[in-house]
Amino acid sequence: MSKKKKKQQNVEAVYHKKLIKRRKPNRSVWGDIFLYLFLLLVAVVMVFPIVYAVSSALKPLDELFKFPPRILAQNPTLDNFSDLFVTMGKSWVTFSRYLFNTVFITFVGTFGHLIVASMGAFVLAKYDFPGGAGFFKLVTVAMMFTGYVTQIPNYLILNALGWIDTYWAIIIPAFASPMGLFLMKQFMEGLPTSLIEAAKIDGANEWKVFAGIVMPNVKPAWMTLIIFSVQGLWNNKAATFIYSEAKKTLVYAMQQIQSGGIARTGQGAAVLVVLMVVPIAIFIFSESQILETMASSGLKD
Amino acid sequence: MKEYWKKYLTLRRHNLQVAWKKAKRSKMCYAFLFPYALLFTLFYIAPVVASIFFSFTYYNILEPPSFIGLQNYISLILEDDIFLIGLKNTLMIAVITGPLGYIMSFLFAWLINELPRWVRSVAVVVFYAPSIAGNCYVIFSVFFRGDAYGYVNAFLMNLGIIDKPVLWFIDPKYMLPICMLVILWMSLGTGFLSFVAGLQGVDRSQFEAGYMDGIKNRWQELWYITLPNMKPMLMFGAVMSITQAFGVCDVTMALCGYPSTDYAARTIVTHLFDYGFTRFEMGYACAIATILFLIMILCNKAIQSLLRRVGT
Repeated sequence: MSKKKKKQQNVEAVYHKKLIKRRKPNRSVWGDIFLYLFLLLVAVVMVFPIVYAVSSALKPLDELFKFPPRILAQNPTLDNFSDLFVTMGKSWVTFSRYLFNTVFITFVGTFGHLIVASMGAFVLAKYDFPGGAGFFKLVTVAMMFTGYVTQIPNYLILNALGWIDTYWAIIIPAFASPMGLFLMKQFMEGLPTSLIEAAKIDGANEWKVFAGIVMPNVKPAWMTLIIFSVQGLWNNKAATFIYSEAKKTLVYAMQQIQSGGIARTGQGAAVLVVLMVVPIAIFIFSESQILETMASSGLKD
Repeated sequence: MKEYWKKYLTLRRHNLQVAWKKAKRSKMCYAFLFPYALLFTLFYIAPVVASIFFSFTYYNILEPPSFIGLQNYISLILEDDIFLIGLKNTLMIAVITGPLGYIMSFLFAWLINELPRWVRSVAVVVFYAPSIAGNCYVIFSVFFRGDAYGYVNAFLMNLGIIDKPVLWFIDPKYMLPICMLVILWMSLGTGFLSFVAGLQGVDRSQFEAGYMDGIKNRWQELWYITLPNMKPMLMFGAVMSITQAFGVCDVTMALCGYPSTDYAARTIVTHLFDYGFTRFEMGYACAIATILFLIMILCNKAIQSLLRRVGT
């Protein structure tokens, strides 16, 4: 078995070599070497702050302030993380409550966004109806300005709805993120229309077509919507729309710890790691699906 | 002329009737789109309209808004020096980090495209991670700490380039350049992913044809084959870059403080926060938001018309 596998790998390697050779008759070797060295250098620069943050979080107290500094921790410990939980445990609102707030907001916001945006994207991609194209154009325009522009009127609108200081102030606006609808619609356009027509001939109604045929076929786009939505919601401080301490998010609480100054340096680094690990982990697990979706992300005119 | 108008009107009416009939038949479509359209209108369209409306009023939430015409805009441009600093800073950041970040995104996406599969997927994570790493950028305040134990200071002093530590985030001279550095570090975002994916999808046979036609090196290949194929992604990436470049505020607020020394790191968005959420002068803040909105939309439209010419 293993022999067979090896052989197969060999064949693949040869094929691969040939493929590369065939594809690049116009490459100079020195150009290749120079460009890849450059790429490597930049990659090291890009990853250095992240590596440094992670290793700081693992450093015991005496190493944190060592000078000259070491990049990697000599005696890595998880003390900073346990200290962080001790500090959080002493706060007036318990740690689990902050965690619940963030998880609840992230989960509900992402789920709702996925459903609402997919429903919209489905009809925009697959049906021709008056106003559809115009609406989609509006959505692409909405991607051209940041959320900060709308933040103040949003406050007034949420206030009028009576949602200030509730979870809904964060969750409901997240449903309408234009990016998700845009990516979903572009991806759904790639689905063969015959698939939908066949289902209709078999007597499925629109909802059945959407839930039973279209949605299972656009799973890569789900992951993309999920990562963009989680990224926004997991790191949402929610400080402008939510006042009650009991409803504030993990990020907010952790940044309070971080601003505790030099004595909290280790815990601050631990906070950085906790906050970045979720979006990066989701991205690593779903990279190929996200890239598949992004392949159809182009803006055509 | 009258004849012409009559014809035009009947045509219009006919088109409307057709559209109305079509709309009646596609009730289901509207039902599907309704939830999203409602929320989108409520949280994206209505705020923009409201922002434009309130920008002509004095409004502090407690009292009903009173109409004051163009007064907000006049004060912004003629009297508010700090706004002008913010505008200048935002434009500087946008002009430098926007195009540079965009070019970097494309360049690295293009370079890693020819790597073997598994190296490529590692490289994508490495380059993309900074932009999704939460507030990891505050680690730069450790590198650029103001005393002699800050790593950059210590390094430069060892080399003898400076003889006393530089207060990187307090001295107005250094604030913006360092913030730009950090923003560049984070600039390989959604646009970068779009480029990576788009490059994968370029039809291989076009390259073969190009070799036949005598394309000599990778740069010609880039300009004549790759770029024209990537046009839609280039558009999308540009939108992402511009939006990000004009919306800078988190980085400057976290690193240089809010407010920063001499307002040297103030951007339009932090000015907006100042008036909106600290002073509660909503009318004035809405005028700032409207200006930012107009700048972003105009810039996007201009860049898009420029990009249409790529590879032709």
